[in-house]
Amino acid sequence: MRMKEVFQQKDRKPLIPFITVGDPDMSTTLDLIRLLDDEKVTGIELGVPYSDPLADGPVIQSASARALAHGVTLPQVLELADKAREIGVTTPLILFSYYNPILQYGPKSLVSQARKAGIDGFIIPDLPWEEGREMSAYASKQGVDLIPLVAPTSRERVRQIVSDAQGFVYCVSSRGTTGVRHAFEQEVDVFLDTVRKWSPVPTAVGFGISHSDHVQRFLQHADAVVVGSALVRKIEETGEKLTNPDRRNEALDEIRQFIRSLMNTVRTVNS
Amino acid sequence: MTVNSVDSFQTEPLGRFAGFGGRFVPETLMAALIDLEDAYRKAWDDPGFQEELKGFLTNYSGRPTPLTLAQGLTRKVGGSRIYLKREDLNHTGAHKINNTLGQGLLARRMGKKKLIAETGAGQHGVATATVAALLDMECKVFMGEEDVQRQRLNVFRMKLLGAEVIPVTSGNGTLKDATNEAIRHWVSCVEDTFYLVGSVVGPHPYPEMVRNFQRVIGDETRTQLLEREGRLPDDVVACVGGGSNAMGMFTAFLDDPTVHLHGVEAAGAGIATGKHAASLTEGTPGVIHGSFTYLLQDEHGQVLPAHSISAGLDYPGVGPEHAGLKKTGRVRYTTAKDQEALEAVRHLSQTEGILPALESAHAVAEGIKVAKKGHPDSVVVICLSGRGDKDVESIRKGMGG
Repeated sequence: MRMKEVFQQKDRKPLIPFITVGDPDMSTTLDLIRLLDDEKVTGIELGVPYSDPLADGPVIQSASARALAHGVTLPQVLELADKAREIGVTTPLILFSYYNPILQYGPKSLVSQARKAGIDGFIIPDLPWEEGREMSAYASKQGVDLIPLVAPTSRERVRQIVSDAQGFVYCVSSRGTTGVRHAFEQEVDVFLDTVRKWSPVPTAVGFGISHSDHVQRFLQHADAVVVGSALVRKIEETGEKLTNPDRRNEALDEIRQFIRSLMNTVRTVNS
Repeated sequence: MTVNSVDSFQTEPLGRFAGFGGRFVPETLMAALIDLEDAYRKAWDDPGFQEELKGFLTNYSGRPTPLTLAQGLTRKVGGSRIYLKREDLNHTGAHKINNTLGQGLLARRMGKKKLIAETGAGQHGVATATVAALLDMECKVFMGEEDVQRQRLNVFRMKLLGAEVIPVTSGNGTLKDATNEAIRHWVSCVEDTFYLVGSVVGPHPYPEMVRNFQRVIGDETRTQLLEREGRLPDDVVACVGGGSNAMGMFTAFLDDPTVHLHGVEAAGAGIATGKHAASLTEGTPGVIHGSFTYLLQDEHGQVLPAHSISAGLDYPGVGPEHAGLKKTGRVRYTTAKDQEALEAVRHLSQTEGILPALESAHAVAEGIKVAKKGHPDSVVVICLSGRGDKDVESIRKGMGG
């Protein structure tokens, strides 16, 4: 419920950052959530690390592997969300997880526990519409949104997928896995406009968005942009500083500047 | 008694078998899987396609493969009469070609000119590269870096056939990771590329489609045995990694309650050591590579690495139809250790002059155990899914030679 409203708050950046929970460690992830909350983004995707992330490119694969090496688990991600709420984070939190960890936890108990922990939605990249009916209905009853994904290849599936969408619709910008791209096909605009036309809820576009030029371009065709790999790479690059108490603030500031830089062009245009 | 069994193993809605299977893939692939299912069903029901496939199986791969009465092994074991279904005599040396010919012809029919495949030991990679050469298609084979090192000869064979071999360094660099990478690549070029999956795994319709391209194994065995013995076998034994040779063999006998079916997984260094590939025996239900099935995983759903001396069985998942058959109890699943497979290689080589693939040797090991409990009037059929030439180096090392 919180998510749909947030899209209407004008003081928020139309940005949904993705971070891999536990990379470089749990306390840094909590600091990053707080930072993104300060920056008034539209939502924060909390990536649950997975051994076989088949929708992800090399950057998020590595982040996932690093987090798994520290033994990060789905219950720990829920605890972290709970802590974030305790310290006053108000931005919607979206749990991003492959389906198998959810299946092993139990989809229904996860929905209840996630709700208690202050999670507003789920993105499950390998749970297509047909397989997600039951979980979507259950989550919806509990007031948590199962965010549907649509891709340029979805074609006539788009209409069905968005028909009962909750929260927002996640539009995959292009073929391929997550990760930085230099260029996007022109047809993607038509695809995004189509989804926007049919969707009863706001739309966000993700996969490969790393630069303010992309952000500016896509905000003409969607209500928000998701930035994943570019941010995760920034976190990877500053990893040593982030885990060094003397340099942690310096690193967090670099990340804050990166977030702001994504919106730079947008601001110039708007002001 | 009919020659061909009726197929009671129907696919349930959403591509499920006794609840297992389905499609757990990124949305980008969904339309392609739906198109593939549609094209596959039309082709399967088209007598023209069946005739074309049969032509290639007969005149290119050399089918039907023989059903050999293993007289030496039967004498040595002293129980049931043992027959071997000789998939090792196929072109490229294993049953894999049955499926790659089927899917290759389907790809051509769908107007796709690019094939991609994953491979562990390299047998499916070689079979795919072979069909790509035959049908004049581009071919990329994804292979774990560790397997590239272990199976250099097959890497060279694939390159010789004109395929590009892409070493995969993500994860543990084995078949599981090669499959992830093949899926990732497919997501980037799904519209002009056909993903030729090598076993009865993956999202619907792959398990059903691959099973049907492999069922020629069981259908032939049934006909051949009825001709030779005038009866059905008492026991049928096949090894199970992903499980395509086993599904191809079992499908013909599912509706014959007197035929006992045995699937043999790799117990590696022993179940107790944790170093094994026994997904059905020791795993739990979950999702791997787009399918709800049994897999080796920890309590949080992270996939665990598999271990087996046989690269073809070294896979932490298993086809969802096997998971369904385990649930219904129609098939008995058991395991054989690396050492048992090696002993079976020695037995079969010395009693029959047949060097089996290490994968198939797992079935031979169990087949010998089953035959021992039988009598001269009973018949055991072992699916000899491939020949062992590719494994000579591993066998030598394994035997300490």
